Amino acid sequence: MRTNKKQYSKMVKNSSPKSHILRNCIWAFFVGGTICFVGEVLIKVYTAYFNFSVGDARQLASITLVGMSALLTAVGWYNRIARRAGAGTLVPITGFANAVVSPAIEFKAEGFVTGVACKMFIIAGPVIVYGTLASVIYGAVLFVKARYGI
Amino acid sequence: MYIKYKKPVAITAWASVAGKKEGEGPLADKFDERVADDYFGQQTWEKAETELQGRCIGHLLHKKGISAEDINVAFGGDLTNQITSTSFTMRRFAFPFVGLYNACSTMAEALLVAGCAIDGGFADNALALASSHFCTAERQFRTPLDYGGKRTPTAQWTVTGCGSMLLERVGHSAFIVAAQVGRVVDLGVTDANNMGAAMAPAAANTIRNFLLASGTKADDYDAIYTGDLGQVGSRLLWQLLEKENIVLTNHIDCGNVIFAENQNVQSGASGCGCGATVLAADILPKIQNGQLDNILFVATGALLSPSTTMQGESIPCIAHLVNIKSKKEIQQ
Repeated sequence: MRTNKKQYSKMVKNSSPKSHILRNCIWAFFVGGTICFVGEVLIKVYTAYFNFSVGDARQLASITLVGMSALLTAVGWYNRIARRAGAGTLVPITGFANAVVSPAIEFKAEGFVTGVACKMFIIAGPVIVYGTLASVIYGAVLFVKARYGI
Repeated sequence: MYIKYKKPVAITAWASVAGKKEGEGPLADKFDERVADDYFGQQTWEKAETELQGRCIGHLLHKKGISAEDINVAFGGDLTNQITSTSFTMRRFAFPFVGLYNACSTMAEALLVAGCAIDGGFADNALALASSHFCTAERQFRTPLDYGGKRTPTAQWTVTGCGSMLLERVGHSAFIVAAQVGRVVDLGVTDANNMGAAMAPAAANTIRNFLLASGTKADDYDAIYTGDLGQVGSRLLWQLLEKENIVLTNHIDCGNVIFAENQNVQSGASGCGCGATVLAADILPKIQNGQLDNILFVATGALLSPSTTMQGESIPCIAHLVNIKSKKEIQQ
């Protein structure tokens, strides 16, 4: 063959279509924005009609969104929306719920222990691991700052 | 390795079964069976693929009017780990069985080896089959089906389908006359979402080597079919061969014909079932009714696993080729 790896890498780059960044961003902005809008509405509803404090209402809004995301994943709609929305459905808390629920459904065939429980965090696991690690480091920094008054 | 069979090996019967999305595509009417339920009435996707193969073999035996005991030997494979879909099918039929795995090139590989078994005088007939199922492949190689990820423009859609063929010494419609055993080629592509680009060099290598060994030109063939390069891989194949002074004017990729543009499959189709179903549903009938007389079927396979991808390895690929001719062409 007369093509080497370097030349081929250039050919691949030129022949592979790029993602439509603008279109993807517009979709992500509006779908992500809609999810956040729903969250805001939920907070207002929980504070105005159910007399929750703003703090509690925020927690409840997140829980409601997670529940809705899990439900939409279970009926197979979430990935259809996500196919277009991209980061719009991935970044909000709904994306995290989908990342946990989808493998849980998928691996049910392999059993509740070896399938559902083991595989549930194959996508979300890294977020939990590094999220926890980051919070530990942040906590240590705060501790040192407070202790030595920096 | 170039193989010139001593006597043309006949393909005497073929069958194809396809899933829902494939059944809504341009080849819809050509499959022996279209199944709207991708579970094929089973509880798991793996069982579904086994059922898919079982139905395909059923159609083949029915068309030929023979029973499972009449099959001398079967060569086949699929994409699941340890090719369990095929092995479980063979548990049901109990043919003498040689399991094959060269990823999506398995259909061409099976025909090539089955041809050798018959031409070598070891079997009177041989069954060759390959299948893939979108859901078994997706959950094994990528992410859970309901995960909300965005597909890249270079991604390809794994075909849910099975193609099977019966090879015999004597026949009337299509014949395998020659073959090329492919080499593993790797030009450094690491993106598992751009399989066409990874596999194109293997296809180019096999086609070039076959043309050199057989002393023929690309134009000598009515069509050169590749298995599942998709749009990106096809473009790269033309460019790679142009550098070898081979101009492809008659190239068709099975991955570009099984789905319509509005079926949202990005760069095209892929999977063992892609080449296998297009061969059984479209190409072989065209050879039988005289629309095509002399074709090359080059199926390409990406020999990666999820582990090698995660370890950052590039993707080694292979392409096997079979030269199929019509009865008219054989007699000349």
